[in-house]
Amino acid sequence: MVTVVNKPIDSYLRVDRMPHIWCAGCGIGLATSCFIRGIERAGLDLDKMALVSGIGCTGRVAGYVKLDSFHTTHGRALPFATGLKLGNPELNVVVFSGDGDLAAIGGNHLIHSARRNIDMTVICVNNFNYGMTGGQMGPTTPLEARSTTSPYGNFEPPFNLPYLVAASGATYVARWTVLHLRQLERSIAEALVKPGFSFIEVLSPCPTVYGRMNKRARGLDEMHYYQEKSVIRNGADPKDTDITLDGPIVVGKFVDLKRPTLWDYRKQLLDKVLQKKKA
Amino acid sequence: MTMGLHMSENGVLSGTFFMNGDEACAEGAISAGCRFFAGYPITPATEIAEKMSERLPQVEGVFIQMEDEIASMNAVLGASWAGVKAMTATSGPGFSLMMENLGLGVMLETPCVVVDVQRAGPSTGLPTLVGQGDMMQARWGSHGSYEIIALVPSSPQEIFDLTITAFNLSEKYRVPVLVMSDEAVGHMSEKVVVRQVAPDDLAVRKRPHVAPEKYQPYKPDKDLVPPMAIAGEGYRFHVTGLTHDERGYPEMTAEAQDRLVRRLVDKIRLNRKAIIKYEEVSTEDAEVIVCAYGITARIARRAVQQARAEGIRAGLLRPITVWPFPEERVRTLAKQAKAFVVPEINYGQIALEVERCAAGKAKTVLLPHMGGAVHLPQTILEAIREAVQ
Repeated sequence: MVTVVNKPIDSYLRVDRMPHIWCAGCGIGLATSCFIRGIERAGLDLDKMALVSGIGCTGRVAGYVKLDSFHTTHGRALPFATGLKLGNPELNVVVFSGDGDLAAIGGNHLIHSARRNIDMTVICVNNFNYGMTGGQMGPTTPLEARSTTSPYGNFEPPFNLPYLVAASGATYVARWTVLHLRQLERSIAEALVKPGFSFIEVLSPCPTVYGRMNKRARGLDEMHYYQEKSVIRNGADPKDTDITLDGPIVVGKFVDLKRPTLWDYRKQLLDKVLQKKKA
Repeated sequence: MTMGLHMSENGVLSGTFFMNGDEACAEGAISAGCRFFAGYPITPATEIAEKMSERLPQVEGVFIQMEDEIASMNAVLGASWAGVKAMTATSGPGFSLMMENLGLGVMLETPCVVVDVQRAGPSTGLPTLVGQGDMMQARWGSHGSYEIIALVPSSPQEIFDLTITAFNLSEKYRVPVLVMSDEAVGHMSEKVVVRQVAPDDLAVRKRPHVAPEKYQPYKPDKDLVPPMAIAGEGYRFHVTGLTHDERGYPEMTAEAQDRLVRRLVDKIRLNRKAIIKYEEVSTEDAEVIVCAYGITARIARRAVQQARAEGIRAGLLRPITVWPFPEERVRTLAKQAKAFVVPEINYGQIALEVERCAAGKAKTVLLPHMGGAVHLPQTILEAIREAVQ
């Protein structure tokens, strides 16, 4: 007898919570399924994982995956995750949240978490705006892009997130779009087992608001844009990966280096100093 | 400085010490089993963080200095969900920053302890000088309807003891518990008896006894407190700051809101008799009752003695638990007393609560001090004399 499994990732999801809240054409679902396949690929024990989200469309990921999962406050996923990880260093801690959550209201936590090189994986879905509140500009909105709070075009230069976190001390930095499913899945699998602060930016369509206001009203339009304008450049210097409204998008794995994690440094130093005191 | 120091194998101290209130608070936390501290430097609470950074590694605990108080509060919540007793300490400006996620702690029902060593505000105010202006913020500082527990120590010894009590209450009721110290208590050095606490006297949160697939994170027991799973045990639970049902799933309805908020409030309100503690001095026949807390209660005690020496039937009611407020006791005392005198280092906060509970049966006289110093016993004595007229 043949058993047909229609959706092999169902066992990782809270299917009793479906349908999800995401719009047609949104990329967060794709990022979530890449995450699940990344866990499978990395062969991790799901009981030893914890997922923390902030607030926003991507913040809802915590409610759909069948892991110990925390839907916290706006911008605060990283410090909450820091407490979880330090409280139980055996946990594999993942922060899954949006660009506004992680880089605007949570921006301070982002740079400090990277600086500490705390061992966790951050998946940041960047849709260039605040989707849940209806399409306002944020710190990743490209110059001249329109939003409900930049009706004449955005005049604030955006963050280049890979450059920001790499400069802050992250030991693994990658950027993909939700068109690059295989690459994204592989990157997530790598990041999940990589010691230290790993950051993956995932560019995603937001057709309902950002797309509509910037001449890419269907999810497919944004996917076509990714297809036409993405350039894979593994090892690219993050400072050369700025994103513009209609320009090329550099994707790839930009940073993958070794540096002692917060826990390693702490243990090394305390062992040395406290042993010395005892002796 | 120590008199009869003893540090046991597990790193917990016992003995008699000469230490300030901040240090006593840290030792109380260690004795209570606190093994995680996240904080940010701020006068006059910094000594608590400093002490914890030294002591926690000695007891296999973790100290981390976060980038701000918002992060500190969140890290404490995260550590608690990893199964560790966790604490932070701050003062006014930092306390304000913690309010948002104190609310998350209430909503997720996360045991933890937050210490506020009060200084005079508003804003940066008088960083190095005493105040008691955060008492209402402790009660109402985060948005939404909730109930919280706040304890107020009057001495270094008492902050040691109350920090232990705070951990016990937080574990029992799954709520953040506030220790509302002040600069005077924090920086005064006195004799403090530090002790190991027997395991039986340390409360530990209720744990689930059902299979993971049957576990509902917010299904309460009869006492309205749900058993708490911790991350990494295989329960694979979900919790959210959104209004949620017993499964922990968001439910955006007025009915779910009613059920949840009522329970969050009632689990404290209905257990208030077990939670509330206060001290009384010669209130049996008192016609004027000074209601004072924290450092101000020490001064009020002296004023009450002086009044008695003059033949005035004065007494002292010292709330140790300020939230929930000992309202039944004030209501009862209001029937016998002519007046309550409420000295506090703010322009009237707990006096409002006393006035509400006295409900016109006895008058309430506010004796405010704007901060930067404490009341003089003479000032309180004069207020007692006037009130008795």
